[in-house]
Amino acid sequence: MSIAAEQHALRDDGLNGLQLSTRLESIWRTPSGFLGALMSVDHKVVGRRYIVTSFAFLLLGGLLAVLMRVQLARPENTFLSADKYNQIFTMHGSTMMFLFAVPVMEAFAVYLVPLMVGTRNLAFPRLNAFSYWMFLFGGCFLWISFALNVGPDVGWFAYVPLSSLQYTPTKRPDVWAQMITFTEVAALAVAVEIVVTVFKQRAPGMTLDRIPLFVWAMLVTAFLVMFAMPSIMVASTSLILDRLVNTRFYDSSSGGHSLLWQHLFWFFGHPEVYIIFIPGTGMVSAILATFARRPVVGYPVVILSLIATGFLSFGLWVHHMFVTGLPQLGAGLFTASSMLIAVPSGLQIFCWLATLWDGRPVYRTPLLFVVGFIVIFVMGGLSGVMVASVPIDTQVHDTYFVVAHFHYVLIGGAVFPLIGAVYYWFPKITGRMLSEKLGRWNFWLAFVGFNVAFFPMHILGLIGMPRRVYTYTADMDWAHLNLLSSGGAVIFALSFALLLVNAIRSLRSGALAGDNPWDASTLEWATSSPPPPQNFDRIPVVKHRDPLWLDSASLPVVAGLSVERREVLLTSLAEAEPQIREGSPEPSIWPLLTAIATTVFFIGSIFTPWAVLWGTPPMAVTLIGWFWPAGSKEDEE
Amino acid sequence: MRQTIVRDVSELPTYGYGPRSGPWWGAMGFMALEGMGFAIAIGAYLYLYAVNPNWPIGATPPDLWPGTAETIIYLLSIIPNEMTNRAAHRQDLAKVRTGLIVMSLIGIGLLVLRGFEFAHLNTRWDNTAYGSIVWLILGLHTTHLVTDLGDTVVLTVLMFTRHAKPRRFSDVTDNVFYWNFVVLAWLPLYVLLDWVPRL
Repeated sequence: MSIAAEQHALRDDGLNGLQLSTRLESIWRTPSGFLGALMSVDHKVVGRRYIVTSFAFLLLGGLLAVLMRVQLARPENTFLSADKYNQIFTMHGSTMMFLFAVPVMEAFAVYLVPLMVGTRNLAFPRLNAFSYWMFLFGGCFLWISFALNVGPDVGWFAYVPLSSLQYTPTKRPDVWAQMITFTEVAALAVAVEIVVTVFKQRAPGMTLDRIPLFVWAMLVTAFLVMFAMPSIMVASTSLILDRLVNTRFYDSSSGGHSLLWQHLFWFFGHPEVYIIFIPGTGMVSAILATFARRPVVGYPVVILSLIATGFLSFGLWVHHMFVTGLPQLGAGLFTASSMLIAVPSGLQIFCWLATLWDGRPVYRTPLLFVVGFIVIFVMGGLSGVMVASVPIDTQVHDTYFVVAHFHYVLIGGAVFPLIGAVYYWFPKITGRMLSEKLGRWNFWLAFVGFNVAFFPMHILGLIGMPRRVYTYTADMDWAHLNLLSSGGAVIFALSFALLLVNAIRSLRSGALAGDNPWDASTLEWATSSPPPPQNFDRIPVVKHRDPLWLDSASLPVVAGLSVERREVLLTSLAEAEPQIREGSPEPSIWPLLTAIATTVFFIGSIFTPWAVLWGTPPMAVTLIGWFWPAGSKEDEE
Repeated sequence: MRQTIVRDVSELPTYGYGPRSGPWWGAMGFMALEGMGFAIAIGAYLYLYAVNPNWPIGATPPDLWPGTAETIIYLLSIIPNEMTNRAAHRQDLAKVRTGLIVMSLIGIGLLVLRGFEFAHLNTRWDNTAYGSIVWLILGLHTTHLVTDLGDTVVLTVLMFTRHAKPRRFSDVTDNVFYWNFVVLAWLPLYVLLDWVPRL
């Protein structure tokens, strides 16, 4: 095809609005039928699956939490055996950290980031589909193992030597270590996709100082994933090699060292907290701006705080190891850095409070959850400053005080904003509004239930109740507070049941949302609810930080993208100047097949090292099938 | 919402080279996380080195010749790699084909040498923590080498088919870019594996 002919064919300015929409939808839609669904590379389809799957894991993990609280509700309870309790608290922690908290944040990013930066799909859509399948298979693998009574029982941290072959000769730690690999692959793939999407696919004019704060938060999170996850990869690979082929990384009799595990694990594990928390802050910023009816105060301060938090999060891992006998100088350094991270977090809190103060807040359900977040997270932050101090940490280490602290930080810092985000973006994703009345019940049940469940744990920790114990004797005087905590846990669980009821009810008969029901300012609200397969008929041009508030009369857009093949617009890194019209991959079954081959490889290798040999060719074949361009329209031009 | 067309982008190219293209940034992302993986593995090696009074534990240092030969080949491979890069930018299909074949052969040769290197580490993975970490690091880099070789071979085959379209030259330059990272990643590992045990 000649250049002139190609350019003529690509013109879209001859089509009216309806013709353009119809044409683009036919190009970008997911193929119909069951096979078509398995082939989808649409970020919205994959994102929805990710969100639903990670919430399913939240329900499973939450159910385990309720079982633990039932067991601990009264002294010398026999509801659960010690062995089952060990499995349950391991499964609860592993599920919440690896199968819910990180994936759900990335899931929201998968769905929202392309819409918020004004593009038609994520960079590397097939990798995105692959990452979802890996996440799903890894999670199913863990839970099927649990159902078959080979679920891990060595804690979500799997400390050696407890998790070594000598002390746990079953397959349980192997299941845990391989699940880690699955979730790593998924998380790392999504992180790269987000970075490239934000760097290269932003709408023209969306300069660095016009990027929505949620997108900034996900960009920082993606970098944290990329630099933290390799550490757990090295750690878990070394663990499983120790167990399966007798390497000696953690065997002190042969020059190995058990503290190596803790260093590698917490070098990942502490940034992990911020991988969960930072997206929550992005959600808070998005919700606050909309419901306070004004942009977030101190936009540059919030961004610098996000970046500072990201950097500092890598300098904190040793505060998990204060009682391991580290040199005092090191302990002092890590105390200082642990306390220092309160500064950027505090700056963001003050920016949000100033936004509320200076705005005209409308207290709808999403904003209620944000206010709940601020209260709970500040309390968690205060106990965080306490455990950053070596003398206090030494006293409360491995007690329920620590359990209370990290639940205040993680649930306050991530889950409250997340539920607010569900209420906020549910209309965009489904086209239906959630019930406001049920939402308010949802919030108050969650807020009261959470505090009743977790605040008593501070006191239990201070009066000496250790964590990870399956029961206690009556003479310890812990029974009343434990009963109160268990009651709170049930109320907290009910709040999630109410959220589920609200979602199902609204999907069936919720009020229609319209394009922009909250009168928000960012680009995801510039398209219909739910968005069409192509996201936008024409790519928007961004001239302000809040385009829908300041360009409300008419949105500036570009023309000239293909109406014959999938195409995205690539822009320059800083100024977002248009550079290239790049092809975007078609739906494909190969990501699923590659994920199946990879799953067989990893699970097989638990049982025989030969799986590394016979498992490799299928992976190679499916990868070649994935990358081979046969049938691609762009290659037939 | 009403829309106003303010710019026509139909004149823009449909592919580009280097930082202008998406896959280049994807390669950068994977280099960052793989580089971090190597850095962590190096950290683990140095940690075990620091906590053990004798290093290497119960073994003699690796024989130098396989690693040194590899290092020389890695460094020399930059020449044909760069020639392939320039040919791809000129969209010279014949020279790109030749360059990719040469780079595939270099990759295969390095894999053969890597086999010798494993055999001359003078320790097994299950002897001591020293053997374990040495085998792990070399295994990581070998995985790295195998995946890049796979990518190069598939791209070579692709360039001999009807799919050798102009925009594929951009993929070739990304492959060249990634090979430079494979070389760069090897250099500190060579010093660590072959020279640190001799300190």
